[in-house]
Amino acid sequence: MSTLRRRAIALGATAVAASLVLAGCASTEPAAEETAAVDEACAAYADYLGNEGTEVEIYTTIIDPEASLFIESFAEFEECTGITINWNGTQEFEAQISVRVEGGTAPDMAIFPQPGLLAKFAGNGLVPANDKTSASVDENYTADWKTYGTVDGVFYGTPLGANVKSFVWYSPKTFADNGWAIPSTWAELLALSDEIAAGGAVQPWCAGFGSGDATGWVGTDWMEDLMLRFQDAATYDAWVSGELPFNDPKVAEVLAEAGKILKNPAYVGDVASIATTTFQEGGAGIVDGTCAMHRQASFIGGILAADFGATIVSPEDTTTEGGITTFYFPGVSADNKPALGGGEFVGIFADRPEVHAVHHYLTTAAWNNKKASLGGWFSANLGLDTANVADPVNKVAVEILQNASTFRFDGSDVMPAEVGAGSFWKEMTAWVAENKSDKAVLDAIYATWPY
Amino acid sequence: MSSLAILMARKTPFDVIAENFTLLALALLSFSAIVFLIFLLGSRSSVKTQEWLKYLVFLVPALLLLLIGLIYPTFRTLIMSFMDKESETFVGFDNYIWAFTIPEINVVLVNTLIWTLTVPLISTLLGLAIAYMTDRMKRPAAIKSLIFMPMAISFVGAGVIWKFVYNYQPREGQPEIGLLSAIFKAIGLTPPNWLLEAPLNTYLLIVVMIWIQTGFAMVVLSAALKNVPDEIVEAAMLDGATAFKRFYLVSVPMIRATIVVVLTTIMIGTLKVFDIVRTMTGGNFQTNVIANEMYSQSFRQMNYGQGSALAIILFVAIIPIIVYNIRQLRLERTER
Repeated sequence: MSTLRRRAIALGATAVAASLVLAGCASTEPAAEETAAVDEACAAYADYLGNEGTEVEIYTTIIDPEASLFIESFAEFEECTGITINWNGTQEFEAQISVRVEGGTAPDMAIFPQPGLLAKFAGNGLVPANDKTSASVDENYTADWKTYGTVDGVFYGTPLGANVKSFVWYSPKTFADNGWAIPSTWAELLALSDEIAAGGAVQPWCAGFGSGDATGWVGTDWMEDLMLRFQDAATYDAWVSGELPFNDPKVAEVLAEAGKILKNPAYVGDVASIATTTFQEGGAGIVDGTCAMHRQASFIGGILAADFGATIVSPEDTTTEGGITTFYFPGVSADNKPALGGGEFVGIFADRPEVHAVHHYLTTAAWNNKKASLGGWFSANLGLDTANVADPVNKVAVEILQNASTFRFDGSDVMPAEVGAGSFWKEMTAWVAENKSDKAVLDAIYATWPY
Repeated sequence: MSSLAILMARKTPFDVIAENFTLLALALLSFSAIVFLIFLLGSRSSVKTQEWLKYLVFLVPALLLLLIGLIYPTFRTLIMSFMDKESETFVGFDNYIWAFTIPEINVVLVNTLIWTLTVPLISTLLGLAIAYMTDRMKRPAAIKSLIFMPMAISFVGAGVIWKFVYNYQPREGQPEIGLLSAIFKAIGLTPPNWLLEAPLNTYLLIVVMIWIQTGFAMVVLSAALKNVPDEIVEAAMLDGATAFKRFYLVSVPMIRATIVVVLTTIMIGTLKVFDIVRTMTGGNFQTNVIANEMYSQSFRQMNYGQGSALAIILFVAIIPIIVYNIRQLRLERTER
């Protein structure tokens, strides 16, 4: 892809050079007219001028088909500023980035799929964002996002795309038919569950923890989401980093709250079978109307649509059979709105003006709107207009991100592997499968934490 | 649209094949060059040097491969089992103490013991019974090939197949796809969640292994039974031995060595069982076995110390069986 592009650009450059030579002999008037039209469209890019003929390489995990949408979103920028952006996407990114940085062939710019990887290169090749980019991030993102891109007080990584996990999936038709209202607090959520359970026809919740050798991760997501709700962000951070012991009463309180739904047979039916139901099948019940709610990240929509005949609809669409959509997994109170999710961060390895220009451009509301309007993508940029986000679920996600009181990354990804990819999964599975007590679960996880 | 552009920029399958064949040709060429060189050296040297050269040429490559592929990893694992999770500092016997004291790992060790006792016994018994029954049959091929067929299925494939058999449908009114659950429902019983109920689930996984190994036992034992001379069986018949006595007192003692080899071979395979557990339960619900936990510790949780300790425990457990197996194999050879 990139070689083809480069070749095309080289061809174009030759053509321009040739026309310049020709223009030298002929009249220059028509050319001036064209420039005026271009100037008008390019006024927005005035800040980035002065870098004509330079190139910036972006090294990333993002490959086609997503990559071509990124390239498309840069087209105008490239045309107006004369900066060529070379998109270099590879699935080998995570292994190769260290090799390239240590080998002295670091890319100009890299998109890190998680902040932990970015932090590895702080003080080891990464160039801090300049003041202008930093100010743009202050203006366009909540402080949590800037903190994730900051290592030891130096700001390196600007946020790019985002994803959100704090969703409850439901069928607007089922809700409308039964006259159920979207809950806005945890208490309302439990009250609604009671109401649905009392009705008897529909099971209030569906859940599935099964995921082969990663069985149990769904349970860790529940814990993380509730940890952010029942404890403050500082406690969440202490819990993730291990400063707060895993069997602390504060963690026990959260597990007990999760148990109010997941271990309540009146809500979920057979509790133990949550462990043997795969996460893909877990949400199937909301499509055929056998259960009402399902807590899962945004990706499940695609699976339910492909495998279980669901249609993703907007919350207002209460007529489509099998139509599903999401509401925000509510906080303790209506103004307690934490969000759990993830996102990419852009770090730069070259201290050149054109690299800083691209770095800055990616944080602007203008680019984020342009990229989102191409579809299938959203970010936490506060200037992102939900009108530009076509997908109804992504629209809810953007609203969650923009209204979030706190934003935190998936904690189990950051915990030591013994816990985050081991005992936390296993014990959450045993919690439902073997009806293991809260205390036994937390003590067992605590025992494996490498304090 | 854009994928077309990628396809055009990518290497075509033909490019890849051409590249691979060039490499193959180069490798063959250099190999024959080396062989030629060795023969050249051999033909030019004295008889005494030739003798030495013979050992060198035939033994050194094999020894080298053994050293790299077997001996070095064994010692490295042994050393790592006494080190911490990053293999940086020595921690003495901590990893072994961990393996024998943590309740979650005790379950693993007990399960592995259950597997190694039940699978070899039951599959050898079943294999022997089928081999004996089909021995005098006119057309045993159809039955034998049906029983032998599971041997051709990978453990992962078998795990997936049996996961369907044990499937449990928690939601009412949904179609039942689990064979066992469907049978239970048909006769008016409520099926349990098969893979969840300990200790039943471990035995259900063991059934899968038996299903695979019975075919192996049958084929080997059937060949051994064919070697039992007809005269002896006929003599027993004339002496008035019943069919059971002929089997128990004549055939079985005649193939005793083979039975032991089959038993120990299956036992070694069972000690290493990994795929079935990993595919069917992921080691959850108290069904974990040592090989699966070893993998999880080393490559999921990145704790090389504990993973290596489990590997060494497995290794030590297998050694006596292998020694016994080899001795029996030798015995069998001298008997013939």
